[in-house]
Order: sequence, then structure tokens, then C-alpha cells
Amino acid sequence: MAITLTSATFDEVINSSDTPILVDFWAEWCGPCKQIAPILDQIAAEMPNQITIAKLNVDDYGDIAGRFNVMSIPTMLLFDKGEIKTKIVGAMPKGRMLEELSKFLPASQ
Amino acid sequence: MSNVRNTIIIGSGPAGLTAAIYTARASLEPLVIEGEPSSSSDQPGGQLMLTTEVENFPGFPEGIMGPELMMNFRSQAERFGAEFITEKVTKVDFSSRPFKVWIRDTEYSANSIIVATGAQSLMLDLPKETELIGHGVSTCATCDGFFFRGQEIVVVGGGDSAVEEATFLTKFASKVHLIVRRDALRASRIMQDRAIANEKIEIHWNSKVSELHGEQSLSGVTLTDTVTGATSPLAVTGLFIAIGHKPNTAIFQSVLNMEDSGYLMTRDGSTYTDIEGIFACGDVQDHTYRQAITAAGSGCMAALDCERWLEHQH
Repeated sequence: MAITLTSATFDEVINSSDTPILVDFWAEWCGPCKQIAPILDQIAAEMPNQITIAKLNVDDYGDIAGRFNVMSIPTMLLFDKGEIKTKIVGAMPKGRMLEELSKFLPASQ
Repeated sequence: MSNVRNTIIIGSGPAGLTAAIYTARASLEPLVIEGEPSSSSDQPGGQLMLTTEVENFPGFPEGIMGPELMMNFRSQAERFGAEFITEKVTKVDFSSRPFKVWIRDTEYSANSIIVATGAQSLMLDLPKETELIGHGVSTCATCDGFFFRGQEIVVVGGGDSAVEEATFLTKFASKVHLIVRRDALRASRIMQDRAIANEKIEIHWNSKVSELHGEQSLSGVTLTDTVTGATSPLAVTGLFIAIGHKPNTAIFQSVLNMEDSGYLMTRDGSTYTDIEGIFACGDVQDHTYRQAITAAGSGCMAALDCERWLEHQH
């Protein structure tokens, strides 16, 4: 299950996550965001010990999007211990997303 | 021998999904290879996935959002048993029957194929353009317009989609510069009137964007006058491109008959290609009308052509 972030919870959740945490910047009106939502749900379900998936609605929390210079959605930022590890811009297939993320994730078990 | 299907539909815009609805209802159990997620129009659902309100699709008097319309098309096809694979076809072999298509190493075969791979937006092909995607250069106005609130931006193009994007973007931007190569717009009258009446839109006639500036993100562009060659700088933070489309036909090069521009050729008044049993519908074979409704119409034609052709094969 993906965690829903708000401006109020953002920093605490990012800094206290045990695993690397991928934040999906999205909005209701974004078609490509809808395409990747199920992919992120699958990743969350398949790799619970390696990655946490979180979502930030840019419509509601534009301040956070602005803080990270998000100018296009979907944008996904991977944080580890509060630090940005990588930024993925645009929708892409699951395989390519995993390839991009795996460089920064702990090995399974 | 792998399981040979009646038909495989490649593509899932209005054409592919209409073909899927019709062939599924005809019990042909179509397999739809719908494409893979991307932020360009080359994605499941096609070009409408990047639009907002569709005002001219019959049956929706109040309009409907593009992505919602395509989700509806898809559910309707699924309801009648169409099967979907969310991947891109990487190779085809139409030289013998059954026809073969591959997704990387996995082979699928079918007695007929409906090609509905559509078209995707052209880019400007300027240095820095790719690097600045997501940093001021956008392939999706509906996705990214929101981030340019109160900023000055450019839209390049003079057709319906350019004018529509420019008008949409005035909801956010403080000013939209519309860069038009000639001294007239190609857009339909109603769209032109809207743009010209919109005081946030400034039209630059006989102009093209010749350079992009900015390191981390876009800071401006250079405009070149297409008549005099004079250049001038324009400080903008966003660039949206709507200069036309190219058909998604790379995998059909030297397989199917196509025009020099890459559009597939079909026999007049039908969806037959030059290979019996291969049908083409939607924007991949139409550079004239290019509407959701005409694509859907030709998808229906392809399904009926395919169904009748298959009946005569036994």
C-alpha cells in the first residue's frame, strides 16, 4: 500500500523511513500518472522490504512540488535516509522503472 | 506450435479499441498489444491520454476528459473478452501465415493483424531539447501546465493542437507566446477565434524557435524570423511543442507499403493493406482527418473487414 503524503507529514515520513522511499508526484488531471499508478502499487506489493511507495498530490501540496523543482508529472523522487538518490521524470514501463530504481535499493533479503 | 489467435490488434487508441470491441463481440477473442506507459502520446490509450476536455466526441453533450474516454473504450472492449498486454511490439513477420509478432523474445501468432499504432508528436530536434524535458520542455501540456502558474511560456505550432494547448495554458501562465512558422494559422476557425480573442496569447507570425537556453532548467529561447532571418531572444520558462505528428510505423518498415512520410497505405475505401490479412486503421494510415471519431470509425471498418476476410479463409 502506498502512503499518502501531505505538506505536514512529508519530512517526517521521508526521514524516518526504514527503507528507501519513492515519492510519486501526481495529480488527478494527469493521464500518464494514471498509467503508472498500478505499476507503483505492484512494486510496493512485490518488494515490501526494499522500498516504500508514497504519493504526493501536487494539486493539494504545491509547496512540496515547488521545493523539489518538480515541473512535470509524473515525477518520482527516490529518497534514502532523507537524501535524494534519483529522479525519474515521465511515465515508463515497469521493467525500465525497476532497472532505474534497483541501482539504489538494498538486495532482497 | 504456439497458440494461433484469430486476430491481434497492435495499438489501443480509439481505432485499436474500437476494433477490439467489434472483434470481441464477433467472438474473435482479440489480443490487444496496447503499448507501454510513457509521457508521450505513444502510450496505451494514445493521443487522447494527453488531452483534457474532448468537446467534439458525439454522445457527450457536456464533453468528457480524454483519459476518461479512453478508459471507457478499454472497459467496453474488456467486457466482451478482449485480452490486453501492456507492452510494445518489437518485431513483426508478415511474410507467411500465421503472422507473427514479438514482444522482445516472446512470440505471438495470429491469422490476421489489425495495425492501429497511431502517431506521435514531433519534437523540434534542437540541442538541449531532450535534456530539458521535465525542466521546462514539456511533451504534455495537460500534465505540466499547472507548474507554469504566473510564468511566461511558448507554444510552437499553428494547427489545432497548438492553438488548443496555447488556450489551455492561459489558465496558468501569465503570458503564452504562440510561435507560428507562417503568416496564418492552420487551426480551425473556432480555435483561431478563441486564441485571437485571448489577451494572454501573443502570436509571433513567420517565426520559429531556433535555440533553447538554460542549464538546469529552461530560461529562454531564440526566435528566428522565417522571412528575414533576424533573431531575437525571448525569456520564457516553459516550452510546449505542437508542430505535428509522425506515424508509429518503424516496426513496419519494408514490411508494409507506406508513403514517404511513413503513413501506411490502405486500399481505397477499406482498411486492407498490401498484405492480405493485415488491416490498418486510425492515424497510422490517416494524415487527413486525424480525429478520435474518424479513428474509431476506421477501427470499426478494420474489424468488419477482418471478420469477413477470416470467414473466407475456411
